[in-house]
Amino acid sequence: MNTRRYIRERFFPHLWCPGCGHGIVMSALVGAVDSLGLSQNEVVVISGIGCSSRMPGYLDFHTMHTLHGRALAFATGVKMGRPDLTVIVPMGDGDAAAIGGNHLIHAARRNLDLTAVVLNNRIYGMTGGQSSPTTPEGDRSTTAPYGVLDPSFDLVELARGAGASFVARSTTYHAQETRELLAAAIAHQGFSLVEVLSQCPTYYGRKNQGGDAVAMMKTFKQITAPAGSQRAAQDPGLITRGILVQEPRTEYCAAYGELVRELSGHEE
Amino acid sequence: MPKETIFAQGNEAVVQGALYAGLDFYAGYPITPSTEIAEILAQRLPQAGGRFIQMEDELASLCAVIGASLTGLKAMTATSGPGFSLMQEALGYAVMAEVPCVVVNVQRGGPSTGMPTAVAQGDVMQARWGTHGDHAIIALTASNLADVFLMTVEAFNLAETYRTPVILLLDEVVGHMREKLVIPGPGEVEVVQRLRTSVPEGTDYHPYLAREDGRLPMSDFGGVHRFNVTGLVHDMWGFPSNDPAVAYGLLHHLVDKLENRAETLARYQDFFCDDAEVLLISYGSAARSALHLVEQRRARGMKIGLLELNTLWPFPAQTVRKYCRGRGHVLVVEMNRGQLHGEVQKAAEQPERVYLANRYDGVFISHKDIMQVLHVVLGKGV
Ligand SMILES: Cc1ncc(C[n+]2csc(CCOP(=O)(O)OP(=O)(O)O)c2C)c(N)n1
Ligand code: SF4
Repeated sequence: MNTRRYIRERFFPHLWCPGCGHGIVMSALVGAVDSLGLSQNEVVVISGIGCSSRMPGYLDFHTMHTLHGRALAFATGVKMGRPDLTVIVPMGDGDAAAIGGNHLIHAARRNLDLTAVVLNNRIYGMTGGQSSPTTPEGDRSTTAPYGVLDPSFDLVELARGAGASFVARSTTYHAQETRELLAAAIAHQGFSLVEVLSQCPTYYGRKNQGGDAVAMMKTFKQITAPAGSQRAAQDPGLITRGILVQEPRTEYCAAYGELVRELSGHEE
Repeated sequence: MPKETIFAQGNEAVVQGALYAGLDFYAGYPITPSTEIAEILAQRLPQAGGRFIQMEDELASLCAVIGASLTGLKAMTATSGPGFSLMQEALGYAVMAEVPCVVVNVQRGGPSTGMPTAVAQGDVMQARWGTHGDHAIIALTASNLADVFLMTVEAFNLAETYRTPVILLLDEVVGHMREKLVIPGPGEVEVVQRLRTSVPEGTDYHPYLAREDGRLPMSDFGGVHRFNVTGLVHDMWGFPSNDPAVAYGLLHHLVDKLENRAETLARYQDFFCDDAEVLLISYGSAARSALHLVEQRRARGMKIGLLELNTLWPFPAQTVRKYCRGRGHVLVVEMNRGQLHGEVQKAAEQPERVYLANRYDGVFISHKDIMQVLHVVLGKGV
């Protein structure tokens, strides 16, 4: 694969810290798009605000960097405007689950054909290491100097509960798997969410003695297991990876297009 | 030749104007007194091959509208009071990213939940300054259904021409009142289409590089040009920049493209102004009562006139200054605590002659209310 053709080198160097996991996810995403043989003109990448949300600027697709938490709402308009386009929405965990939680559950419920990619580093990277709704209970952040008191969200369960028709999880340690899951999510007709555990050595790692980027990635290997594997069955404390929800369901734009055809005789 | 004559509500006139202008996409969230706009469009848009979606809140609605506009569609949302407050962050994004769209605010009593079914014009300054940071904005208003229709078309036209969000600032009385509406036939009212780039495929297209005439041709998402859109300060590529010169240039461009054209963008009507010693200045439904008073007093020989503003922002200061010149008294008529009154005072050469007749208790201001203030102003007692 020629990765460079998908990258806007003009805008490099990127702003991510050395060792940040977000670049690994970006490269997996580019690989997924490439494996599907999509033309760059058919792909729109829309993000919110955060370190993770800087991704679209570096990618040579139609790209949009929007408001903190609101990427899925912008994406809804783009997708309804051009249902034929592939719309991918990279988000941070704060972006997706805190300020944008409402948009996330409604996008999942509507089953609009969007691919949400949550780069979950369990912290607010961009603003310097505050707690996020996915910071594990007891972990430290600049706004939880004594440890986080509230339980964290399980994004997969949140998306499942909201009606997402495709949900998957992987980590930056499992880059190849991430690429395959992203490709499957993009190919899925309907709302898909892929959670990728991504390391923020600068804040999460430092605050929680997580070690450097390599150590953090190794931890991802240790604390996760493929769904349905023996390891997962033996240790329910492990975080499962792979495709966790996959159910065909009527896609919103398809249903709306059908309505327009019935009422107006217009072809979408 | 007019297409048809209907008996309609102000909110329906918005829908008619929007469809005439070529509305393709609507996203919204219900709120009184603007809800009918969403309800009617939910029915009409799919019939016309367009798209309607009820979003989870008003902020999401405007975000969806901006997204749809970037795919090349004419897009709109409508709201009132608290919903307009929620939209402010996305409104600033549309300003910064220069995305054409129309935001209707049918004003109701505020602040907060205020008086949902009562009339007010308390969002004039919010329309101007509601979103953070230095910026410019276009806000239009109207007092009758024919003008609601025309100003709605105009809102779309100006949004496309200047690549900006345009606010249509109506009020509860105008939104809910019913009167005859003559819908113009095709071609009778100008409809501006989006200016698209002529840069061919394979050649660099700069989404934020102004032409010599100041306009920025667009390219649709999904088209042959791929570019970045952001709410950060950005360069001509749409890529974030921290360069002070870029920031300075962008802010100048965003403000100047509208403020320097304030008089070109000024839409207004005058009634009996030529020899008027007393000038009323009003807008929206309040202008109906102002006109009523002017007609009544003229019949009794009083030299009184009305300047009705349809463009509130950018404020047409030169036009207002010219109209105020030489009058004995100027009376601003509005339903708030004097939000436009201050602007008129700033514009007028003799601000001490600019008075305010207002109501802000949810009751529609009547010609009698205005007359009472006029009596005091003219030194005739109450
Ligand atoms: C309305 C609003 N509130 C707060 C912020 C400040 N802010 C920017 S990014 C961010 C959180 C980033 O964390 P996350 O979404 O997890 O992404 P990451 O940077 O970790 O990739 C916050 C709070 C903002 N830009 N807008
Ligand atoms: S602060 Fe954290 S998330 Fe942000 S770029 Fe640095 S390592 Fe990555």
